[in-house]
Amino acid sequence: MTNTLHRFGPAESFRDDYVVFAIASKGKNEQGALPKLRKFLEMAAPFKPVNLGDAIHGGALRPSRQMNPTSHWNRDLKPDFQAVINGLDGPTTVAAVFDNRVAAEDFVKAVTEADLGLSINISTSIDGAEQCCFAAGIPRHSVGYSLGFEGKTEKLPNSKVMLLSTMCGHGMVSHSLAKKMIDWVKEGRRTPEQAASYLTRFCSCGVFNPTRAKRVLEEAARGESQ
Amino acid sequence: MGAIYIDQTIHRATINRDECVECYACYNGLSQEHLNPTFVRTVRKVFQVMRLRFDPEPDVCPTAAFEPDELAWPRVVRRAFSDPRVPHESTGVHGRGTEEVKTNDVSGRVQVGEVGFTIEFGRPGAGVWFRDIQKMCRALAQAGVAFEKKNPVTSLMSDVATGTIREDILDEKVLSAIVEIKVPVARTEEIIRLVWEIEKQIDTVVALGVGTRCDASGEDTVVGPILERLGYKLERAKTNIGLGRITNAPAPEFAEQPVSVR
Repeated sequence: MTNTLHRFGPAESFRDDYVVFAIASKGKNEQGALPKLRKFLEMAAPFKPVNLGDAIHGGALRPSRQMNPTSHWNRDLKPDFQAVINGLDGPTTVAAVFDNRVAAEDFVKAVTEADLGLSINISTSIDGAEQCCFAAGIPRHSVGYSLGFEGKTEKLPNSKVMLLSTMCGHGMVSHSLAKKMIDWVKEGRRTPEQAASYLTRFCSCGVFNPTRAKRVLEEAARGESQ
Repeated sequence: MGAIYIDQTIHRATINRDECVECYACYNGLSQEHLNPTFVRTVRKVFQVMRLRFDPEPDVCPTAAFEPDELAWPRVVRRAFSDPRVPHESTGVHGRGTEEVKTNDVSGRVQVGEVGFTIEFGRPGAGVWFRDIQKMCRALAQAGVAFEKKNPVTSLMSDVATGTIREDILDEKVLSAIVEIKVPVARTEEIIRLVWEIEKQIDTVVALGVGTRCDASGEDTVVGPILERLGYKLERAKTNIGLGRITNAPAPEFAEQPVSVR
């Protein structure tokens, strides 16, 4: 699945969006991959990611099955990275999301040195990924370009909504919720952090970037165009 | 999808089953309280009468009202292509496609001189009917391209040579689906022009991804320039940094056994 590839926005809008993920290939190196995938997640934590996730259990901020009416006033907005690491129980795609290039570069460097034997990908602007490779001293192996959206684009919402909703490539963050969150932040009904946390919880593989979402919500509230 | 709405006659949240793609975002993504539905409705009505805004957390279902349906064929196809937590039986990959360039360093799927296309329909958030996907598949088949065998859409074709999808799922709508093909670099422009032509006949959006192998110094001096010449501004990419290697134990070799003729 190209779940991080088609994020909407110009290259400059990915200045705070670096998704680094690890994946094993079925029939090639999935045997014994679980501890390596877990190590990847453990290695990411010290580099201060803004999200961490696996494609089966979700990200560091998840929905709760047991809420009560008082939780509406005291919800925990803090991501639980350890829960993601502990919850990994089978070979799948695992991802770490960073909001700055230095952290992404340092992490890619560390992963390169760890030599896990898994396929490692960086999903961000083309230039951003090249810089990460340069910092780690490795050439790019393959590249998958996003050519954006075409066809009946009149079915798509406005660009601010797209900046938010396309951060979950699986489409679990609906355009309607993204638009509602922009409106709520504009009206002062929720802070950008709170609105970003609602959106983050819907992403089922933990690649949603709450820092970028917060920035987009703040810009939208001020009426700024991208 | 906008499949959930308040039915004005019964005053209850209702799901438009035709539009629902079984993504389970409502069931999996919402947090849940387990309050009494009558109590919740009464509170809402009281606030409404008093013209007070009821302002709860937007990602919480107060009554845990959503229950998964038991899905049968062909509707189960909707979920396979819409709910990323469900592995597609034909690939074992969670989601809607295969590993494509993500594992190209170990699979070698796209070699130098080749281009891998992912043609994704319905993304983001528009959805697509299989009858529309078939239009593109048939056009691609007519152009003589080979479909990726491990791709879920390919597995649902009744005739891969003609790009014909099995008839019983043509009226099923999914959140998105990816068709994957691979062609020599020389055909890149031809395929993109073909996609441009067919996407005009399809009632949804299309997201194109183009995968290529970089040279020894990590550069792509072949495919990127073709895409730019076609008018694309290359902003974002998924970059495989080539750290993967084959580590699985080789499959055991069976001792040769004499073949007898009965």
